[in-house]
Amino acid sequence: MNMLFIYALTGTGLFFIGFYALIIHTNLLRKILALNIMGSGVFLVLISLAMRSGHSSPDPVSHAMVITGIVVAVSATALALVLMLKVVDITGKPDLHDQEDE
Amino acid sequence: MIANKNKSEDKIIRLLLIMLLTLIASMVAYAVLSLPESATNLQRLVDNNIDISGVSNPVTAVLLNFRVYDTFLEMVVLLVALLGVWSIKEVPIESMNDLKNPVLDTLVDLLVPFSLLVSIYLLWVGAHAPGGAFQAGSVFGAGLVLLMLSGRQPFLNFKGLPLHFALIISVTLFISISIYSMFATGELLKYPLSQASSIIFILEGMATVSIGLTLSLLFYGIYTKKKYK
Repeated sequence: MNMLFIYALTGTGLFFIGFYALIIHTNLLRKILALNIMGSGVFLVLISLAMRSGHSSPDPVSHAMVITGIVVAVSATALALVLMLKVVDITGKPDLHDQEDE
Repeated sequence: MIANKNKSEDKIIRLLLIMLLTLIASMVAYAVLSLPESATNLQRLVDNNIDISGVSNPVTAVLLNFRVYDTFLEMVVLLVALLGVWSIKEVPIESMNDLKNPVLDTLVDLLVPFSLLVSIYLLWVGAHAPGGAFQAGSVFGAGLVLLMLSGRQPFLNFKGLPLHFALIISVTLFISISIYSMFATGELLKYPLSQASSIIFILEGMATVSIGLTLSLLFYGIYTKKKYK
């Protein structure tokens, strides 16, 4: 049992907390935040498992993947936010409702 | 998803969801814990080949040489995200200046040149220490966002064709380097040994410009109000 597995387990925890929030909340902004938290959990798992190399320096491949992932996550969030603003423009609220609720 | 009309039903569904997610989470946690405590294969591969990569920082070597395909496609993702934002929402070219105040003005005068300097330093240091195009691009983009927040107009004189050219220059360069490497070495995105350093440096420099501009324009697409539409 190693210190790095604590970080990896925290990462899985974050992922599932985000997943729960993603399912439960109807507000689109909260859904976007939940997706970002899920992504951070995945990054934490990748970063901490990179330390398994045993060297002083961690495995560079997963670090490179996380750097790429962060930039992609930022651009995906921006696109999601603009889509949300469009939903607000059309329906007047940042929620997705079933047809029967209307 | 859950309607408010039935509170007890709501609670039961939430409880079931928590139980289900806890079950899946514990399975994933078990999978993480059952991984071997040392995995050195990829690291050894990188260490053995670092001499032919053209840089001495292993992360940069992976990003811009061994797995440059990832970085290339990521630049495409950034461009597609920006195109998506622009096609959904009409983005005005003038910034809002409702945050204008003297403190922000002075701070921006100090911070924006500094962020440019930090960005160039990060780009340069990426060859042998942590740093590189993504970090440099983010700092550069943050400087541009600061300019917009303070009501300056960084994109008023820099729009249309020059702006579009700066946005696609990194993807264009990646494609031309791929074609060049096909002719030079016969393999896609395998650099000639003697030119690897300079190719990586040019790619990183152009990627910094594109990343910084794209990130700040993505922010710009969101930070607008109805009165500007």
